Amino acid sequence: MTEFPVITTTGLTKVYRSGGREVTALDGVDLHVREGEVYGVIGQSGAGKSTLIRCLNLLERPTSGTVTVAGQDLTALGGSGQRANAALRAARSHIGMVFQHFNLLSSRTVQDNVELPLEILKVPRRDRARKALELLDLVGLADKAQAYPGQLSGGQKQRVGIARALAGDPKVLLSDEATSALDPETTRSILTLLRDLNQQLGLTVVLITHEMDVVKTICDSAALMKGGRIVEQGTVAELLATPGSELARELFPVGGESSAEGRTVVDVTFHGAAATRPVISELARTYNVDVSILGAAMDTLGGKQVGRMRIELPGRFEENVVPIGFLREQGLQVDVVEGATADDAPTTTPLQKEGAQ
Amino acid sequence: MQPLLSDSTLDTLFMVWWSTFYAVLIGVPVGILLHLSARGAMLQNAVVNKVLGAIANIGRSFPFLILLVVLMPFTRILVGTSIGPTGMVVPLTIAAVPFVARLVEAALREVDHGLVEAAQAMGGGTWTVIFKVLLPQALPALVAAVTTTVITLIGYSAIAGAVGGGGLGNLAYTYGYLRYDTPLMVVTVVELVVIVTAVQVVGDLIVRRLAGRGTRASSLRVGLRRVRTEEPAPVTEAA
Repeated sequence: MTEFPVITTTGLTKVYRSGGREVTALDGVDLHVREGEVYGVIGQSGAGKSTLIRCLNLLERPTSGTVTVAGQDLTALGGSGQRANAALRAARSHIGMVFQHFNLLSSRTVQDNVELPLEILKVPRRDRARKALELLDLVGLADKAQAYPGQLSGGQKQRVGIARALAGDPKVLLSDEATSALDPETTRSILTLLRDLNQQLGLTVVLITHEMDVVKTICDSAALMKGGRIVEQGTVAELLATPGSELARELFPVGGESSAEGRTVVDVTFHGAAATRPVISELARTYNVDVSILGAAMDTLGGKQVGRMRIELPGRFEENVVPIGFLREQGLQVDVVEGATADDAPTTTPLQKEGAQ
Repeated sequence: MQPLLSDSTLDTLFMVWWSTFYAVLIGVPVGILLHLSARGAMLQNAVVNKVLGAIANIGRSFPFLILLVVLMPFTRILVGTSIGPTGMVVPLTIAAVPFVARLVEAALREVDHGLVEAAQAMGGGTWTVIFKVLLPQALPALVAAVTTTVITLIGYSAIAGAVGGGGLGNLAYTYGYLRYDTPLMVVTVVELVVIVTAVQVVGDLIVRRLAGRGTRASSLRVGLRRVRTEEPAPVTEAA
């Protein structure tokens, strides 16, 4: 992963007009995707994430704003409405895209489906066949080259979709809910494949999803969309370091109720240096307090522990000022949970835009 | 009776073959244009869409016999005669073009828009979408449309027979009806039934073969062929 931004959008806005009504699907979206990362955009249906990903290769022309992919300003390229000019078509052929419903041609064999983008690029027949078989091998379907899509399972179809998306040697792969039509086990295998491709080919992946699990499994960075806006974005560690981050809370959900009256419940967020030290144990020994862990969601990212933990200390808050101060000194983020019982209570904290930049 | 019958059969086949040929030649592009010029489609163009649609509707609502008479001067200019099988090919074609165009439009509309989008995302343009996505994907429906067209044209050609068009319709009318040759009329009608049935059966067969690509039936065939040579596929992704 490098700091070089491979996809940048600035002030991306899309307004649909039908009849006299206007619907704003995208409302000034600034997206920054760095080269070689897996970037997840999550949001509920209607949040505008599908419009956003379709704007990235201009399948949907934004009302205003710019889209830059691999240094090329796509919005400056011509074409009106659904018609794209040659320059835009050439740019698109180097941006792979996979779809929720696979969108394979049922009239063609698996191999011919993978060859379609190469036909568009006017690659000679023999090179097409060689490349298609190579790609099918890469996604583990070399033996299905002559089958028709109708003979494959959902996961196999998506593998063909991925092979086809890679045919133009793209730097960027756009994934439009690629696993939403698949069962959990197949979803995992497809995500593993995407992760492998990301690492082996240095492929930047932008995926949109409504499943937090997908983000949790493979994303280096994530953005949360609501009502056509990106309300949070950043790397997973950055999001964790952001007080009140909804994404961090969703990615690392902790729950657990106070066991009795007069006890202090605090949420401790680990997002970096201190995570490798046994802080909780030190706390218990240094201050001679009984710490109970009510809930925890921890993960190891890049050798560092990140995540959140909900612990309970005996006594009211006033009696625990010193231990809490100790935790903060260790570089941890500590939030006192005021009478909170469940973690899914709606937050009233105004969400911060642009995470912890 | 024998030469009469075989000549008339050949005349009917001549009329139907050529009018189908020209109707498909003209009707398919018109149908494609109707589909692509529709609202929200790739070549959205309200004027083209409305004009073509209006022509198609007028053409389809014209009673064939009236159309045939109206077109006589035009037919004479185009092919030198307005009667006989040759003279009938022109009105038959013109009657069938709007029919074919609408059937093609309907067939293309059934193609999943996601496929068009996928082709566009790969950098495909209009021609790619038409020749690599729309037409191949709609092929079974297009073949069914041609089958229906042929059968409709067989019916129209029989009407044409009544006004000097030749063919089986003419035979049934002049000899069978006007000269009270009931056996001949029955034979003619039976022959038309046989021809129509044969066309439908062959058409359905082709449609089934085309639509069968990649479905359970054909996967069974492929599967059986594979079993002898290959190991069973890994079951990691059994859906």
